[in-house]
Amino acid sequence: MFENMFAGFDTDLFDQFRRLESEMGQILGYSAGPAGIRAAQRGTFPPINVGATAEQVDVYLFAAGLDAAKLEVSIQQNLLSVSGSRRIETKQDAEYYRRERYDGDFRRVITLPDDVDPERVEAKYRAGVLQITVQRREATRPRQITVN
Amino acid sequence: MTAKQDVANQESSALGKKARERDTVIIPAVDIFEDAHQITVQAEMPGVSKDKLNVQADRNGLLLEGEMEIAMPSGMAALYADLQTTRYRRSFVLSGELETERIEASLKDGLLTVRIPKRAEFRTRRIRVNVP
Repeated sequence: MFENMFAGFDTDLFDQFRRLESEMGQILGYSAGPAGIRAAQRGTFPPINVGATAEQVDVYLFAAGLDAAKLEVSIQQNLLSVSGSRRIETKQDAEYYRRERYDGDFRRVITLPDDVDPERVEAKYRAGVLQITVQRREATRPRQITVN
Repeated sequence: MTAKQDVANQESSALGKKARERDTVIIPAVDIFEDAHQITVQAEMPGVSKDKLNVQADRNGLLLEGEMEIAMPSGMAALYADLQTTRYRRSFVLSGELETERIEASLKDGLLTVRIPKRAEFRTRRIRVNVP
């Protein structure tokens, strides 16, 4: 019934709209594909990247102008959480044209691979990037087996 | 879909990909405010060090550019990435009353602060309103 309604239209146009919609979705960070259950929506402060090697997992949080003493980093098994707050002081006697910088509390929770060792975590804050390095357990690292 | 359309789609997505690779930059979040003496721009560029920062100003515009330098172990694979590139870029149009020769920039903890003074004759003067 509904197919008939559109029979007179140029279906190419609808295909193109559909393509546009899916491309926009990708740009905005929505997609039909599986997303992490704890993944935050696009544009959440601070942005994070996570990288891994066989030995370690590195989490990078990009947050300029933080007070490192106010950062709270905790790990429970493979669940890493980082929280803190960044207050942006409003200048008195100034007229604001743009206020895009995030002001307030933040918290991000990151699911790391299962084999990380929560006892061996290091965190450092440098040039506005918080880098958290978590070592992985030896037993799960790929081992070279010599063939005799 | 017809074969003809498939080709058209492939072409446009390949073009799109190329354009994205060339133009992908992080647009830093900024606060901009003005007081009696100057305009201040504060831009977030975490991961950028002084020597990888480029602040350019002339009569017409202000350009902020930076390249993030992140120490990474070799052979690292990305598990998740909010940021897909390491380059920052943002530009603004300036107006003639700003003294771009006396611009000052400082970088601390990934926060870039640029101060652009206003020419003396353009500084805001408070005008007293006399009530008779």
